[in-house]
Amino acid sequence: MNTASHSFGRSVFELLSSMRFAISLLSILAVASIVGTVLKQAEPYGNYIIQFGPFWFEVFEKLGLYDIYHAGWFLLILAFLVISTSVCIWRNAPNFVRDMKSFRENVGEQSLNAFKHRYAAMTAREPEALAADAQRYLEGRGYKVRRVSREEGMLLAAKAGSWNRLGYFLAHSAIVMICIGGLMDGNLVFKVQQLLGTKKIETRDIPQSQVPAISRLSPSNPSFRGSVQIPEGSSADVVFLNVADGYLVQDLPFTVGLKAFRIEHYSTGQPKSFESDVELFDASGKQVREATIAVNHPLIHDGIAIYQASFADGGTRLNLQGWNLLSPQATPFPVNGTIHQKATLTSGAGDYTLEFIDFRPFNVENMGGEIESSRDTMSVLGGSPVSDKRHLRNVGPSFQYKLRDSRGQAREFSNYMLPLELDGRWYLMSGVRETSSEGFRYLRMPLDAEGRIGTFMRLRGALLDTALRPEIVARFAHTALAQDARGSEMEERLKFSATQVLALFAEGGFQSLGAFIEQNVPEAEREKAAGTYLRILELAAFEALHIANRQAGLPPPQADDATGWFVRDTLNSVSDLFVYGAPIYLQLLQYDEVKASGLQLTRSPGKNVVYLGSLLLTLGVFFMLYVRERRVWVRVKPGHALLAMSSAKHTIDFDTEFAQHAQALDSLAK
Amino acid sequence: MELALTPPAPLLKRLSWFDWLFAVLAAAGGLIALARYGDYMDVYDKGILLAAIPSLAALGWFWKPFRPLLLGVGALSLLALGQYGGDLGRMEQAFLLKYLISSQAAIMWMCAMFALATLAYWAGMLARSGFTMKTGSALTWAAVTFGWVGLMVRWYESYLIGADIGHIPVSNLYEVFVLFCLITAMMYLYYEARYQTRQMGAFVLLVIAAAVGFILWYTFDRGAHEIQPLVPALNSWWMKLHVPANFIGYGGFSVAAMLGAAYLLVARGILASRLPKLEVIDDVMYKAIAIGFAFFTIATILGAMWAAEAWGGYWSWDPKETWALIVWLNYAAWLHIRLVKGLRGAMLAWWALVGLFITTFAFLGVNMFLSGLHSYGTL
Ligand code: HEM
Repeated sequence: MNTASHSFGRSVFELLSSMRFAISLLSILAVASIVGTVLKQAEPYGNYIIQFGPFWFEVFEKLGLYDIYHAGWFLLILAFLVISTSVCIWRNAPNFVRDMKSFRENVGEQSLNAFKHRYAAMTAREPEALAADAQRYLEGRGYKVRRVSREEGMLLAAKAGSWNRLGYFLAHSAIVMICIGGLMDGNLVFKVQQLLGTKKIETRDIPQSQVPAISRLSPSNPSFRGSVQIPEGSSADVVFLNVADGYLVQDLPFTVGLKAFRIEHYSTGQPKSFESDVELFDASGKQVREATIAVNHPLIHDGIAIYQASFADGGTRLNLQGWNLLSPQATPFPVNGTIHQKATLTSGAGDYTLEFIDFRPFNVENMGGEIESSRDTMSVLGGSPVSDKRHLRNVGPSFQYKLRDSRGQAREFSNYMLPLELDGRWYLMSGVRETSSEGFRYLRMPLDAEGRIGTFMRLRGALLDTALRPEIVARFAHTALAQDARGSEMEERLKFSATQVLALFAEGGFQSLGAFIEQNVPEAEREKAAGTYLRILELAAFEALHIANRQAGLPPPQADDATGWFVRDTLNSVSDLFVYGAPIYLQLLQYDEVKASGLQLTRSPGKNVVYLGSLLLTLGVFFMLYVRERRVWVRVKPGHALLAMSSAKHTIDFDTEFAQHAQALDSLAK
Repeated sequence: MELALTPPAPLLKRLSWFDWLFAVLAAAGGLIALARYGDYMDVYDKGILLAAIPSLAALGWFWKPFRPLLLGVGALSLLALGQYGGDLGRMEQAFLLKYLISSQAAIMWMCAMFALATLAYWAGMLARSGFTMKTGSALTWAAVTFGWVGLMVRWYESYLIGADIGHIPVSNLYEVFVLFCLITAMMYLYYEARYQTRQMGAFVLLVIAAAVGFILWYTFDRGAHEIQPLVPALNSWWMKLHVPANFIGYGGFSVAAMLGAAYLLVARGILASRLPKLEVIDDVMYKAIAIGFAFFTIATILGAMWAAEAWGGYWSWDPKETWALIVWLNYAAWLHIRLVKGLRGAMLAWWALVGLFITTFAFLGVNMFLSGLHSYGTL
């Protein structure tokens, strides 16, 4: 029984310390690691459910696949690696140490004769003399030599490269060290507390001050890695650790205040640096540190390192004016908004909630159309490495918001503050999309000669205003017809169709005009009819512009190209309004930008252990791979000498060296 | 005969006057660079530059052909700098720059020479023509020279584009592919001389030719050769150590994989009479993996230290990191297998060959298929 259990323990020991087991472990660890790179880690659980469906979601969660590198079974593999390596060291230590010391001078004659690498030479020389020369020779080659006299002659036992063994100790204990260091920085403590139920994850989306103590970690927590977003001008004394589908609040021993966050750009528009000016305050509120943090330049304060991790908008204040797109009136109303906040709007079409999502001070857009692949400009050499960035231009600030109607339906909008020049004319752009997956479709509102959208809005109003229609039509018919035709029923027909065209357009833009033609005009004449209707619409719109200007107390429009284009653009834009999907357009007048900096704070006591381990690992690996451990024996007897050589690792260098020694022995033996 | 007895002289005595001249020139070059461009470097960059001087000298002493290579590259690069004279426009006008030693021209020459070298090695091996294979080596040396000149000049050009845009050309896939070709080729050239056999060239040059193919596609189809400014996360002196160390690793592993392929063929009697003996191939394979593993270890450690500074943690299990670990574990296992009796030969050759796919995925696949910190998502 006893012996049985003993032999069992023995064989476990054997297994753990066996090289085969080591190899299996290394392979298993490698394969296991792959999973976590294929399956995106630490995503919101919602995403996983969508991805795998409820059933597999459950299964994978049980397997800990969403945070695989902290999953129990993964840590177990690591633990085995540590154990196996330690046991391996433990097991090899005695022999290796003995090995490094000993010269193996007491090898027997026949075992020498059994060596694979051995060479015998005849000699007429005195054993002592020959041995002395051989020793000098070996020492000249960097061997440590021990000379002992054996019956009827001498034995030289020499060794070189013992550090190879030292390398083994360094490298393998380094593995253990690194794993331990890693554990020290892991979340093991929390895992235990979680099991004991003394800590639990917070999953609700509540202000951190309301997070209960059971989900808070004390400032004395030896190791953590969390992040926090601080808007300019405010501060934080906690960081958030995301765990599984929730988070923990880590209280900090100090308060971090963000004075300013800066993004610098290269001339090409790409970001060049992200910097945060921070101040640290102690518990009593006294400033203890002031510094600038940048990517690759963290700040370290009493054992806690603070890193620049990300950035976002910190609640920029927007000063807007809203245009009611449905009403014939063209008078804007003021709106004030703050990013990350909501506002309610009451309009003719019911109540809406405005959700301000984001603000971007720069928008580098590709104005050169398709970025021409360098193929065009290219010589056989692949062209110049100087990239052509002329088509990239900063088109100024934009802001994004959602407009949610009373039924909860929302559309997302992205409006530019500054006008954009397209084909030589200036427009205000407003992008719209149903879901964040699709790209923005842009509404282009033409600007008048003064660069304002007032004229556009007034013309839009005039076109929608049924009250104005008779006058528009009258003016239109008047200018369209020659003197003599006036008053004829020709004029009546013209007026009739103009009214019809305007009405249709006011109902649903070009779409409804098109639909009307579809229904009432025979296939063959549609082309022509469309042309005429368009012409009528444009002329009528020009008259509408006359009236709109007059009502606004402005001079009448010139009948020139610019006006022509303006009218055409307005018609297109108004027609698009029917699919714009919002009763208002928000125009950004002024903004007061507030940025937020995403900081990461970490305390990792294991770091130095890991670094030391890494140093040892490097040394160890080099010793193991580049210090060749060799042993040489020379047994000298009257009449003949025997050279034998051995090494743990057999390489070609070894063969060549052996050949040299044999040659040397020959010439010594002469 | 007596020679065998006299012990080898200590290193310093073995050095020739050329060795010393080389060391002096290397030092001079380094110090002049420090004097001229010091303002663009922080203290760490300066440290790296100074450390590079003895390293280059040592490499030259250890591997003699490195001396003419470095001097040649230095001379040509200086010539190119002179031709530029601080004006990027000269790239299109100056004949030498346009057709020979502007970064892009030089790199395209490198590609051409590597392609020719591959053909030469294969022809030479199949026809058993020592001369043709010699041509292969010559072409490879020429390619390496052009490649290094290309990178050096590209470094200079990047500063001409803008003082703030300039950076060492190891920052994007295009640049590191060039680096990969150079390092792999140099490793091979070392073994070629060390083992007095050119026959393995046919196989090693295959992987380089593949990389060259990628470079060309990447240049002509994607215009990837354009010099882009650094994203903030990459803007660090760590890059100067981490990336090259990594590519010594990748280079070693690639050489080993190609030799693995050669080994498997020879073991089946294919091309057996045209390739070196199995023992030789096996030995070079081991050496290549050893050097690869050693430097990949360093590279991974440096990477961890950089990550600690840039991302706030020395290990985040981000896909690139994890795959580096996988590659490393793989070759650790390989080295162990070699120590276990019995498991040798074909088995190891297969493993080395498969290793190349793992390595390639870690190097390319991760950037293409998996997202993570290395794609600089946040910043
Ligand atoms: C991540 C884990 C490990 C790494 C990176 C590693 C690395 C290495 C390296 C590079 C060598 C030298 C190979 C050569 O000389 O060609 C080596 C040798 C060796 N390893 Fe490991 N090893 C690891 C784990 C283990 C484990 C768990 C064991 C115990 C079962 C082990 C046992 C050995 C032994 C006995 C040698 C031979 C030493 C000698 O003869 O010089 N190793 N190891």
